[in-house]
Amino acid sequence: MTFYYEGQPVEAYEGESVAVALYAAGFDSLSWSSSLVRPRGLFCMIGKCSSCFMIVDGVPNTKTCREPVREGMRVERQRGWASPVASESVELSELPEVRIDTDVLIVGGGPAGLSAALTLAEFGLDVVLVDEHFKLGGQLLKQTHKFFGSVDLFGGMRGFQIAEDYVKRISSNPRIKVLLESVAYGAFRGGIVGVASKEAHYFVKPKALLASTGAQERYLDFVNNDLPGVIGAGGAQTVMNEYGVKPGERALVVGSGNVGLIVSYQLLQAGVKVEAVVEVLPEIGGWFVHAAKIRRYGIPILLRHTVKEVSGNGRVEKAVVVEVDEKFNPVPGTEKEFDVDLVLLAVGLEPDTRFAMQCGAVARWSPELGGLVPLRTLDLETSVPNLYIAGDSAGIEEATTAIIEGKIAALSIATKLVESSKASKAREEMDKLIRFLWDVYRASPLLARARKGKESVTVSREEMDKLRVEFPPPISFG
Amino acid sequence: MAAVQGFRKTGVVGLEDLSALGLLPPEWRLRKGPVVVLECPEMIPCNICVPYCPTKAITMERLIDLPKVNWDKCTGCGVCVAVCPGLAAFVVDLSKEDADYVTVPHEFLPAPKVGEEVVLLNKHGERVGKGVVTRVWERNKTYVVTVKTPKGLGMEVRAIWVER
Ligand code: SF4
Ligand code: SF4
Repeated sequence: MTFYYEGQPVEAYEGESVAVALYAAGFDSLSWSSSLVRPRGLFCMIGKCSSCFMIVDGVPNTKTCREPVREGMRVERQRGWASPVASESVELSELPEVRIDTDVLIVGGGPAGLSAALTLAEFGLDVVLVDEHFKLGGQLLKQTHKFFGSVDLFGGMRGFQIAEDYVKRISSNPRIKVLLESVAYGAFRGGIVGVASKEAHYFVKPKALLASTGAQERYLDFVNNDLPGVIGAGGAQTVMNEYGVKPGERALVVGSGNVGLIVSYQLLQAGVKVEAVVEVLPEIGGWFVHAAKIRRYGIPILLRHTVKEVSGNGRVEKAVVVEVDEKFNPVPGTEKEFDVDLVLLAVGLEPDTRFAMQCGAVARWSPELGGLVPLRTLDLETSVPNLYIAGDSAGIEEATTAIIEGKIAALSIATKLVESSKASKAREEMDKLIRFLWDVYRASPLLARARKGKESVTVSREEMDKLRVEFPPPISFG
Repeated sequence: MAAVQGFRKTGVVGLEDLSALGLLPPEWRLRKGPVVVLECPEMIPCNICVPYCPTKAITMERLIDLPKVNWDKCTGCGVCVAVCPGLAAFVVDLSKEDADYVTVPHEFLPAPKVGEEVVLLNKHGERVGKGVVTRVWERNKTYVVTVKTPKGLGMEVRAIWVER
């Protein structure tokens, strides 16, 4: 199909997002920064940053990574945050207001949300599952590597295959209502959640709510870090693994955690030459097996190195890497240059807790978990009664723990909402899963850091009751 | 874990480390024919190789333990090479006079063909020679490729590269 980028026709495939179609067609610049008018390229590709905001058919601030291409659509760059007042060219239409009463509202259709939705439906509960994207699966969609774990935890399957399996079961389940391209923009007194979608303006009143809203990628300071071609590692995964578009020719990857190592391997699979992975610490961040997978194809991992600057005309053409000393200060004279058109940032994730925070959940800072996260009980309820959290938005861990946490939260919700014989079954299953997560799965020394973080933000029921007295929740669900 | 283990700095695990962790097949077993080498030195929460091994040669007490191989039971069939999510399982055959044989996981296109000459890579990604593909099969998008390598390279070669 054909659409228009500032008047120029662009060929695209059905099912592509606007941002990906533009990138594949060679348009590196999607918008302009507000004061210095510097070009902005794509960055996170999952609707969490503002790099890809464009004017689509007259509507400004459209996240083009989340906007499917349509025949004949007109796309233009905007400068900074454009006034959200629609221009004359937009036809305004009144959306119907629809009220939905449901058992559980799930915000976010990634691994945690998917596993929770199915578990709740198995217990006969009605679920509304909301996601911003035009398909379910969250970041599972771009995981082409096989997962660890055990067979009953989807171990051995590739991430996108797990998503396919879930989506198949969810779309055929009459208890689960899926709202795609929909944003749960806020919760209101009385426990009502506003959901904006293209068909309707929904007001959802759930008895319980799960915020499984994921995470966003971190940025890193260096000269010209906003040049198109500096992309989040996850963003590049979306481009190549979800849409089959080669993100560049030669890459430098910054950060050797599992994300950096895995993306390097996937770049190699996509035919991109990976010049090096740089790591500021004196040790590889991710798991050995992921490092070995790229080392045996000759990708160097430069420890105690960071990126100093990138340069290029409208797009990254060169990156300068420098060694750092014990205090992480650059060592002058150790600069190395790489001719690359991609610099991928894999320097960690930050939980997206906006929804839970807006509800007034009491939070604590945890460096191990990537930032400020809501305090929660073992069964993942926050200080806002019946508001649960799971997955990366509850503190960065990984997809398998997100699946487990989603299930624990769902089982806890079920104990409250189903009749007593089924409730005791839910409780039994939940206790078993909590024990497995803490005593078996997280006993791995490789997960020690995340475990320490999760311990520091998990409180007992009694402590939670005290917190609720001290910081009365502004709203509650149920 | 006290000091940082060497392989956590290099991404390369040496034979001494594997031997200390019980992951290196003993001499007598290497002489007998194809056998597995699991280069899985960290306590990953993973046990995928255990249920898939057709001869039940791999065992593990807890999900996070290192895999333990019963060297008598392993037939070198290569199923674990196909299913290991860490791409950490290999089969080596050092029992032949004239050549060694190594079986590696391979997830790149084009698919290698039997009889084809390919580049042999060691754990550092260095080209250590050329070898001939003797067997290829596929499972869930992972090719399991056996290559004939010059004698003495069986414990070195851990990847191949197809150059056409
Ligand atoms: S090579 Fe075959 S028999 Fe040996 S451990 Fe692997 S799966 Fe089991
Ligand atoms: S399947 Fe691979 S990663 Fe998992 S325990 Fe076995 S050897 Fe290790």
